[in-house]
Amino acid sequence: MSEGTSEMLEETSDMAELTLRETSARTPAWLEWTLVGLAILALLAAPFFVYPIFLMKMLCFALFACAFNLLLGYTGLLSFGHATFFGGAAYFTAHAVKVWGWPPEAGILLGMAGAALLGLVMGFFAIRRQGIYFAMITLALSQMFFFFCVQAPFTQGEDGIQGVPRGVLLGVLDLNVSINMYYFVLAVFLLGVFAIWRIVNSPFGMILRSIRENENRAISLGYSVASYKLAAFIMSAALAGLAGSLKAIVFQFATLTDVTWQMSGEVILMTLLGGIGTMVGPVIGASLVVGLENTLATSGFPVTIATGLIFMVCVLIFRRGIVGELYARVLGRAGKG
Amino acid sequence: MTMIFGIPVQAFLGQLLVGLINGSFYAMLSLGLAVIFGLLRVINFAHGAQYMLGAFIGYLLLTYLGIGYWPALILAPLIVGLFGIVVERLALSRLYDTDPLYGLLFTFGLALVLEGIFRYYYGVSGNPYAVPPLLSGGTNLGFMFLPNYRGWVVVASLIVCFGTWALIEKTRLGSYLRAATENPHLVQAFGVNVPLLLTLTYGLGSALAGLAGILAAPVYQVSPLMGSDLIIVVFAVVVVGGMGSILGAIVTGYMLGLAEGLTKVFYPEASNLVVFVIMAIVLLVRPAGLFGRDA
Repeated sequence: MSEGTSEMLEETSDMAELTLRETSARTPAWLEWTLVGLAILALLAAPFFVYPIFLMKMLCFALFACAFNLLLGYTGLLSFGHATFFGGAAYFTAHAVKVWGWPPEAGILLGMAGAALLGLVMGFFAIRRQGIYFAMITLALSQMFFFFCVQAPFTQGEDGIQGVPRGVLLGVLDLNVSINMYYFVLAVFLLGVFAIWRIVNSPFGMILRSIRENENRAISLGYSVASYKLAAFIMSAALAGLAGSLKAIVFQFATLTDVTWQMSGEVILMTLLGGIGTMVGPVIGASLVVGLENTLATSGFPVTIATGLIFMVCVLIFRRGIVGELYARVLGRAGKG
Repeated sequence: MTMIFGIPVQAFLGQLLVGLINGSFYAMLSLGLAVIFGLLRVINFAHGAQYMLGAFIGYLLLTYLGIGYWPALILAPLIVGLFGIVVERLALSRLYDTDPLYGLLFTFGLALVLEGIFRYYYGVSGNPYAVPPLLSGGTNLGFMFLPNYRGWVVVASLIVCFGTWALIEKTRLGSYLRAATENPHLVQAFGVNVPLLLTLTYGLGSALAGLAGILAAPVYQVSPLMGSDLIIVVFAVVVVGGMGSILGAIVTGYMLGLAEGLTKVFYPEASNLVVFVIMAIVLLVRPAGLFGRDA
């Protein structure tokens, strides 16, 4: 057993080295870190210039899209049911905080745990098939969860759970103060993205990528592909749940909207638009989609038409997404030269 | 009054009939999905939207042009089929050498646009579509009362399903189609115009969805959301049946419709869920699906 593990680790570190060299040849590390630093500074300063609620919504969806991308971009699994984890966690958190009177941090942890459990169940069934079937199974199971939410008494049906108190974080920080809430959301967002970055760049993440690139070869190398897929699915579900829980606390409600298949489609769009398999892409995609929806909400132009059109254009013209295209054009050329 | 398992026989048969009607639509739609997937390797997410389009075309023809049910039964599938051909030529044909998931995502976007347009102009509430005079009323079968139109839907769907099956399994065009499914390059080398075949197949699949839509118009209300609610259930049907066989898609469709009807009799709360539960069980026992050929 231990022999097998050390062998596995050796192989993995080989692979990791290979990929690391590949990336370092393409993107100068100092440039990346400077950009990340600037982005964090901008986010720290943002609430003084932009409406904080809008920013918080953006950050929640950005985290959701990053969690989704962990599965689609780095494991190659297209889940059409991620709304289950996002909306499900929102319900769990809202219920725990409002009905049981839990503090926000405990409520959020419960939401994450619930989402992970849902991920375990959905993943258990879905990984039995691949590709297009995987997408259809996740969609069907999430629709099942939607029907469950419509009927279950604790979700309060069409009304949803309203008036969820934001509470006091760890008994110290009053989240009813808008700026406190914002910095808490930002901290959770950064923590979540950091976790995803660590997962993706760990030996475990390398195995996920190898499954994405060539599942049969990963199997023949002796990896238990099914358990890796399931683990990735659960992690992605838990992080999507974190985003959903956070959203429930910020907006103080949890409704059916967050568990519909349209929501699952929306997170796919955010990831596709920003760039599948890039760290920054989903964040940018989510910001654009949330921004667009906010703009359209006042214009009377139906959002679904816009979303659908962006989907079609992305698939036809730039499948790599905004960040992916940028990498391919600018950095790809620099790397060659 | 006669009882079956403590339930009045009338209610029992009534729900069974509803199940059979739903099953007819599941069968027609999963058949179309299977035909398209077989050759194009694309899961047509827009299938539900095309079904809705078929129903709406029937409704619009009647409302604005006074064209009734019977001409619409021909016109609606024709228009939806032509629309499908345009979509295939302009967009889907560019996606064949990419990951099949992109086909799914493109048609998902298309479904959103179609649904969005009709929602914008007609709202979310349903519009009634009258049963054609020839089929209004009902027949007393002695053990139950059968509305004529519902009987017609079952008969028509059986004709459509087995007609399509015969077209694919028994005709020369069907044999080209099946050959192109197995090995498109070889078939092309034999002088068959495979790209044209792909276009026609998508057109045919779309037309089937449109036909199901116009058949459904008098049963359910004509609403922009009628397709998306249905298509997810049909996806579950497809997972249960496996897309390997045309006959498998048809049989699974009717079977799951009936199972849903039966659940409505015994445990109504679960009737929305039963198809998904069956899907989960099939995935545990036979992951390739009941009629699936490969994993």
